[in-house]
Amino acid sequence: MTSSPDADVRLAAPVEGPAEPRRSRRRADDSAGPLTYVILTITALLFLFPFYYSLVAASHTPSDLYDGTPPLFPGPAIFDNMRLALEQADLVAALGRSLVVSLAVTATTVFFCTLAGFAFAKARFRGRNALFGITVATLTIPPTLSIIPLYVVMTRLGLVNNLMSVILPSAVTAFGVFFMRQFISQALPDELVEAARVDGASLNRTVFSIVFPLARPGMAVLGILSFMAAWNDFLWPFIVVRQSPTIQVAVAGIGAGYTPDISVILAGTVLATVPLLVVTAIFGRQIVGGITAGAIKG
Amino acid sequence: MAAHAPTTTAEPPAGRPPAQAPPDLVRRSRREGRAYRRAPYVYIAPFFLLFGAFGLFPLVYTVWISFQEYRLGGGDPEFVGWENYTWLFGSPSFYNSLWKTLTIGLISTVPQLLMALGLAHLLNYNMKVRAFFRVSMIVPYATSLVAATLVFASIFANTPGGLMNVVLGMLGIDPINWTNGNWTAQIAIATIVTWHWTGYNALIYLAGMQSIPKDLYEAAAIDGAGRFRQFLHVTIPGLRPTILFTIVLSTIGATQLFTEPFLFGNGAEGGALGQYQVLTLYMYNIGFEIGRLGRAAAIACVTLIIVILLVLLNAGLAQLRTRDKGQPLIRRRSASTRKASR
Repeated sequence: MTSSPDADVRLAAPVEGPAEPRRSRRRADDSAGPLTYVILTITALLFLFPFYYSLVAASHTPSDLYDGTPPLFPGPAIFDNMRLALEQADLVAALGRSLVVSLAVTATTVFFCTLAGFAFAKARFRGRNALFGITVATLTIPPTLSIIPLYVVMTRLGLVNNLMSVILPSAVTAFGVFFMRQFISQALPDELVEAARVDGASLNRTVFSIVFPLARPGMAVLGILSFMAAWNDFLWPFIVVRQSPTIQVAVAGIGAGYTPDISVILAGTVLATVPLLVVTAIFGRQIVGGITAGAIKG
Repeated sequence: MAAHAPTTTAEPPAGRPPAQAPPDLVRRSRREGRAYRRAPYVYIAPFFLLFGAFGLFPLVYTVWISFQEYRLGGGDPEFVGWENYTWLFGSPSFYNSLWKTLTIGLISTVPQLLMALGLAHLLNYNMKVRAFFRVSMIVPYATSLVAATLVFASIFANTPGGLMNVVLGMLGIDPINWTNGNWTAQIAIATIVTWHWTGYNALIYLAGMQSIPKDLYEAAAIDGAGRFRQFLHVTIPGLRPTILFTIVLSTIGATQLFTEPFLFGNGAEGGALGQYQVLTLYMYNIGFEIGRLGRAAAIACVTLIIVILLVLLNAGLAQLRTRDKGQPLIRRRSASTRKASR
């Protein structure tokens, strides 16, 4: 086998200490050159530009925007346009609804998915593999495909235009269970659960005083991702709560008038986006961690 | 808890587990018996109740509805057999939506994943302000598609102040009709998709790159492989599962496009040329604008089959490529060093 000597080398490498040329080469390879900074800076600007442009456009009058030379710097009309946006669509109420929905979805997803994730990670019970298999199998099935039966169900339950119809279908996710199972199997040593059991702690006590505190970083990531998904969701709320819209539905509605006014629309998008930008600025690292953690095992 | 009764019957009586019980952390013992045995089910029950009711049941229900004549706000559903499917396969709009889903999917996914790969490679270098660059990658992902689409709609506007056309004008290019042209509209949609997802995929690739052992690069460097050859022979093979994962995610995402074409194309019809008519938009239009829920359910079922086929195809490809199991990284490394030393 050609691979076995390689394996030995690989295992031995850190022990024998890096040789001189290797070290210098590695150092050179690892640090970024100026071109890397330039490309990444341009990319970051491209990623941020639409925000800047929406601020610029939202702070000018429509005539400024249509006269052939688009403004490149913020103007004075931002508050007028925001006021118009708030009047045209009841954005304050919509922001409130989105907050309620997103917080509720975050709470249920984090709590229930952590419990189930713990059970799948650390408990052995009949049907475990089958149940987890079903959960994982549905990971790749997009929820969009269920909107027709869900609408029928919500109509039967009398929940159309009720926020519950938005909360219930997102209350738990297969991804959440998968994610928390991965996290708990790594973060929670078996010995700890065992020790708690030996000490006579009830399982509920173990869950609340050992599992939850240790799983907190994972729960935070799942919470942020759930909040973002709920806040940004459009198609399903658009179908089911059109009379009492969430923020995305309301903002999309500003543009539906006969003469859509781009500066007012963009003032609305600024209002709808700012809360999430704040979340991103505060929890950026956790979001990055969540995206990558979910992907590695995929 | 009645639902779990069958699981206990096959086991020894409660409180008397066999001595050779498998190592189990939530273990039963004489004293703790029943509570410990039930606990896992209690913990998964809330998840499976909600997931079953709003995740699994609708999937089955979609199939049932697809065999019914069922109108929005109309009377009771009526069984019509394969009628919705024969209608669907006779509908030119359906083939158009398949085609548009494919083309928009390709022109958004391929450049997006290639750029993400390059960005991840750059992000993997040691640098100052690394955290800033990484967080800037997720800003588009954190933005709602509604906001992104509305902003891009104003950038791509056909009116005299449309930023994109003004920029093109400076380069001496005539104004382009972004909304009404067949390919231009698709390119505009693909631009929004690419903007939204490139950074997300770059972070996924970055995580994959960081799990590739450093000494593989060192070994390749010793054998004289430059940066580019290292990227080709160490990074790419090491990333193979991650790349397949992102391809699966992106192709499934392509079948789910709705917000971008709906808001950019101003409605569910999909544009005068059908240039925006992707599968999900078509399903929405048939179901909720025209009100034929049965037909829309048939579209959903066909889309589901396409998604499943894509997943299986990708899984099959993954298996073909990594047929040799065991220590794949080490094997790949030996292959790459062999090539590099030649």
